[in-house]
Amino acid sequence: MGESASVIMRQKVRDFSAWGRYPRVHGELVYGVSPEGLASLLKSGDPFIPLGNRRSYGDSALAARMLDVRPCNYMLDFDPDNGLLHAQAGVLLSDILETFVPRGWFLPVTPGTKHVTVGGAIASDVHGKNHHLDGCFSRWVKEISIILPGGQVVSCSRSKKPELFLATCGGQGLTGVILEAKFYLKKIDSCLLKQVTVRTNNLMETFDAFEQYRNMPYSVAWIDGTAKGPKTGRGIFTSASFMKGGDFDYRPHGSMDIPVDFPTFFMNKALLSGFNFLYYHRTQERVSYQQVVDIDTFFYPLDRIGQWNRLYGRRGFVQYHFILPKRQSLDGILEIMREIDRSGISPYLAVLKLYGMENRNLLSFPLEGYGLALDFKIQKGLFDLLDRLDNKVAARGGRLYLTKDSRMNRKMVEKGYPGVWQFRRFRRSHDMDKMFQSLQSRRLGL
Amino acid sequence: MMESVLILGAKSDIGKALAREYARHGYDLILAARDAGTALRDFASDLRIRSQRNVILRSLDILSVEAHEDFYFSLGKRPAGVICVIGYMGDQTAASKDFREFKRITDTNYTAVACFLNVVANDFQRRRKGFIIGISSVAGDRGRKKNYIYGASKAALSAYLSGLRARLYPHGVHVMTVKPGFVKTRMTMAIKLPPILTATPEDAARQIYTAQKKDKDVIYVKGRWRLIMGIIRLIPERIFKAYCNF
Ligand SMILES: Cc1cc2nc3c(=O)[nH]c(=O)nc-3n(C[C@H](O)[C@H](O)[C@H](O)COP(=O)(O)OP(=O)(O)OC[C@H]3O[C@@H](n4cnc5c(N)ncnc54)[C@H](O)[C@@H]3O)c2cc1C
Ligand SMILES: NC(=O)c1ccc[n+]([C@@H]2O[C@H](COP(=O)([O-])OP(=O)(O)OC[C@H]3O[C@@H](n4cnc5c(N)ncnc54)[C@H](OP(=O)(O)O)[C@@H]3O)[C@@H](O)[C@H]2O)c1
Repeated sequence: MGESASVIMRQKVRDFSAWGRYPRVHGELVYGVSPEGLASLLKSGDPFIPLGNRRSYGDSALAARMLDVRPCNYMLDFDPDNGLLHAQAGVLLSDILETFVPRGWFLPVTPGTKHVTVGGAIASDVHGKNHHLDGCFSRWVKEISIILPGGQVVSCSRSKKPELFLATCGGQGLTGVILEAKFYLKKIDSCLLKQVTVRTNNLMETFDAFEQYRNMPYSVAWIDGTAKGPKTGRGIFTSASFMKGGDFDYRPHGSMDIPVDFPTFFMNKALLSGFNFLYYHRTQERVSYQQVVDIDTFFYPLDRIGQWNRLYGRRGFVQYHFILPKRQSLDGILEIMREIDRSGISPYLAVLKLYGMENRNLLSFPLEGYGLALDFKIQKGLFDLLDRLDNKVAARGGRLYLTKDSRMNRKMVEKGYPGVWQFRRFRRSHDMDKMFQSLQSRRLGL
Repeated sequence: MMESVLILGAKSDIGKALAREYARHGYDLILAARDAGTALRDFASDLRIRSQRNVILRSLDILSVEAHEDFYFSLGKRPAGVICVIGYMGDQTAASKDFREFKRITDTNYTAVACFLNVVANDFQRRRKGFIIGISSVAGDRGRKKNYIYGASKAALSAYLSGLRARLYPHGVHVMTVKPGFVKTRMTMAIKLPPILTATPEDAARQIYTAQKKDKDVIYVKGRWRLIMGIIRLIPERIFKAYCNF
């Protein structure tokens, strides 16, 4: 970052929120990062939180003071022999795709939006539709360089300062500002995928589809959140793998923007069940069928609509993303869907995924089992409902995804994440708890 | 062999955006700036990775006018086009008292830039090809109370480019003048700029590239500044001196 040496830090003070548009914080965003600027920011002693592209849903990137890392967006080195990319933390995954897909490389792991930064991908230790085989983003990270509270820049990896590495991957920006990372891209033979679609009639069938297509690298299911009784858990399962041979003519899709906030009543129950019904029945046959799809269609369908979060209106929404150990998954998810149904509150989007083995990071979300992400518009009774769901998730040994969370309590994080105690100790012993604070870390005492 | 473009003042946000734009269209780049080797190292790595083009860094202080010829002729491969983004706003209050600041503004925006472009122009004229782009400013269209020293130097640059254009036209060399209004760069980041009149560096670079390909002579960034400056120029001096306090 040598050349930004002369850049003075700039700031913007206004209301900020992340993707869920809830909560909002009146805060100060500092940007124009230079080594000198960073050092003085750290020396000032006022706590802050690093921030990427604000595609987290809740309050993990929000604080009274935030540091925008996006201006650090240079790719520093690439080794075509092994796919190792050395990039600054503000590089967007979409930039990596545009640069490397035409050359036959793809992200080893990608979340359902490409508009996230490398720093954000590490700090949330994101996963994709291939988690059951390829794990989280951190599995592909060789080394991270990070600036600590004292201003020293250190690099860490599984062998060098492993404690820092395990706390930083998934650590929600609470161990320091990630400046650069080296991670492996993955070789692909085509920029097209062969996709299989299966329409299922209930949760059991959806689980069966996951098991049956276990060896396919990518899979996910959209669940009809409005279906009840014996139809609970029905949905559309899709699974895909990159084709062998073919071209690399990657054309990123443009996106349509939602220019205004929709009225809060827009997303209502009638619209939702109509949409879910149509989507479900769009897939005509019950049997599976195959088609060829491109990267953006398969991995980033939601990116088609620019700011779709505005559809939920000004009050915003919550994504309740939980995971249960495999043995608990079927009964647990059915129980939770029943509880939601009883409350009269409907989720707008429900996405189910089978996850693979848990990794050793202190706060990474995935464990072996099924995870379900449910979008709820903020409304009366919602937070009580979610508290009840928390009890059920905790009782079955599950946990909630920190990068989606804006409301769970300390007990919940302690029950879900055994690593949280070590994380707290580690933060305290390195003075990270005084320097790096988000609304979430304060709420959860991280 | 690929054609290359030389960018003077490549450290600026507009310079970087131009480098990316030309690389994207297949040009190799020679980036000149003060202390380019360290200051632009990471930017150049990024540009090479993204575009797979050659990127060469050369250090240049435009105020060292004696070194211009050596600098230019030691480039090895002669560029197909030269873009000068260098500029210095300076401190008007200081400049109206202190000759050194006054001279620095005038030299950086006009004298030294023109000296460099003389060297380029002579070479391009001999080779009968090439393009030259100078980044001037709307501030040069009419002297304003707040920044007339800067404005005067940009006016000189605009006049120079206009004459140079006429001189080189018969030789197949194209000269383009760019007059940005507001561009959201680190120079203006702290100032609140009206969005409809403000371009991002990327907008500016796209517009400049497209205009250069079409051999435009003078462009405003954004285009609507042409009308605004047309009107501002028409305001009678009597009214301008009394009421136009911007
Ligand atoms: C439509 C959509 C789909 C999604 N799908 C998935 C999915 O399939 N799987 C999944 O895992 N996630 C998914 N996400 C969540 C998203 O991938 C994560 O929240 C990710 O962390 C966002 O990255 P960001 O750059 O926007 O970071 P932000 O949202 O700005 O920040 C997220 C966290 O990272 C920290 N952080 C950011 N940059 C740095 C840095 N340089 N140094 C230290 N800490 C930093 C912040 O402090 C914060 O705690 C999805 C999000 C959306 C909007
Ligand atoms: N931003 C606007 O709204 C706006 C409006 C109208 C016109 N412009 C013009 O657009 C151009 C780019 O401006 P910008 O906004 O990107 O501002 P900037 O970042 O200040 O750009 C000016 C550039 O000139 C370079 N420079 C100054 N003195 C130099 C010298 N002696 N030798 C070599 N290089 C020197 C600077 O180099 P260092 O990085 O080493 O300082 C810097 O890269 C300028 O000509 C400016 O006048 C800008």
